[in-house]
Amino acid sequence: MSIGHTLLGLLESGPRHGYDLKRAFDEKFGHDRPLHYGQVYSTMSRLLKNGLVEVDGIEAGGGPERKRYAITEAGITDVERWLATPERPELYLQSTLYTKVVLALLTHRDAADLLDTQRSEHLRTMRALTDRKRKGDLADQLICDHALFHLEADLRWLELTAARLDKLREAVAR
Amino acid sequence: MTPPPGSLLTAENLYKAYGPTNALDGAGFSIHPGEVVAIMGPSGSGKSTLLHCLAGIVTPDSGTITYDGRVLSSMSDTERSALRRSEFGFVFQFGQLVPELTCVENVALPLRLNGTPRKEAERTALSWMQRLEVDDLRGKRPGEVSGGQGQRVAIARALVTGPRVVFADEPTGALDSLNGERVMELLTEAARSTNAAVVLVTHEARVAAYSDREIVVRDGKSRDMERAV
Ligand SMILES: Nc1ncnc2c1ncn2[C@@H]1O[C@H](COP(=O)(O)OP(=O)(O)OP(=O)(O)O)[C@@H](O)[C@H]1O
Ligand SMILES: [Mg+2]
Repeated sequence: MSIGHTLLGLLESGPRHGYDLKRAFDEKFGHDRPLHYGQVYSTMSRLLKNGLVEVDGIEAGGGPERKRYAITEAGITDVERWLATPERPELYLQSTLYTKVVLALLTHRDAADLLDTQRSEHLRTMRALTDRKRKGDLADQLICDHALFHLEADLRWLELTAARLDKLREAVAR
Repeated sequence: MTPPPGSLLTAENLYKAYGPTNALDGAGFSIHPGEVVAIMGPSGSGKSTLLHCLAGIVTPDSGTITYDGRVLSSMSDTERSALRRSEFGFVFQFGQLVPELTCVENVALPLRLNGTPRKEAERTALSWMQRLEVDDLRGKRPGEVSGGQGQRVAIARALVTGPRVVFADEPTGALDSLNGERVMELLTEAARSTNAAVVLVTHEARVAAYSDREIVVRDGKSRDMERAV
């Protein structure tokens, strides 16, 4: 995720202090991974250097987190462009799982077992996400659903591969 | 062999052949009270056959099924169907509601079959329909409600007798993901609140994620993933 663009976007509704930006980010987007002050500070000085934000005021006693930042016109244009640009779909072609399955077959180990164990591990994570979703608010639900659908895609691949192990074994042996 | 301590329903070494097909080839299973266990695996691997054996609907060729300390195969047909009516609840993918009856009559049906007077049966039925958020459908017939609504009515019916085990074979199979999840939430919530165990057959991972653990069936053989690690 582009932290710079996200912080810029948060500034569009009005100037904020560094600590306030961090809090808003953590609340809305940082569920699992809150920002460090250092990240906020380095990101803001980069945005400052590029003319995307300006310092709007400094609180007394002022460390970097006490600076108040405002977005500039160039900053607004930058957020606009970022939002309008589609993200590149991730391809996952360099799959570790695929490599492991092929290696298991090559070395005559139990590939079906590997797939079963992986499914079980995926399900464990999916249970935790489902549980969190059940207890959480709408934001939690959407974030967890995104992760759940991706894990589900992995699992569908695992099922399909399990069903094709015999064919893959032949192909790998060639 | 004795069932694992504290387990409510256990199966060991189940074999079931349909002609040349070995639908079950040494499968096992066990579930504790209040536990939700998913049965997963490819199509045709024997999931439904296993569920039907556990529920006493299908008799395995060999193997032992123990429910609450009693061996199913040593019971008479009458005893087994009494057990199914009073201790078990069932939810299937579709086609389980009686089309001629209203939804509340459908939900009340298992109680009526057990001899509960109509008024009392429908009162209990309605309270379950409330919990599953379908009490407003009480007077409608199954043909007049949506798939998701029908499935909730079916769950209310499965739970109305206060069963100790609910058997669910692809209960969300005909639903979109939002409705499917709501149905799973309501089913597992209701089961947890009454400490009923749920045997859940599904091939969908996101549905299985509502379970406490899973077993995988492949070619009629089962693998208990928890005990495996
Ligand atoms: N009543 C029956 N008569 C003959 N063969 C049957 C019968 N029931 C099941 N089978 C066969 O037994 C095997 C296991 O079937 P089962 O219905 O248990 O699979 P399943 O895992 O539930 O599949 P699905 O995911 O497609 O529902 C299949 O090969 C099936 O064709
Ligand atoms: Mg089936």
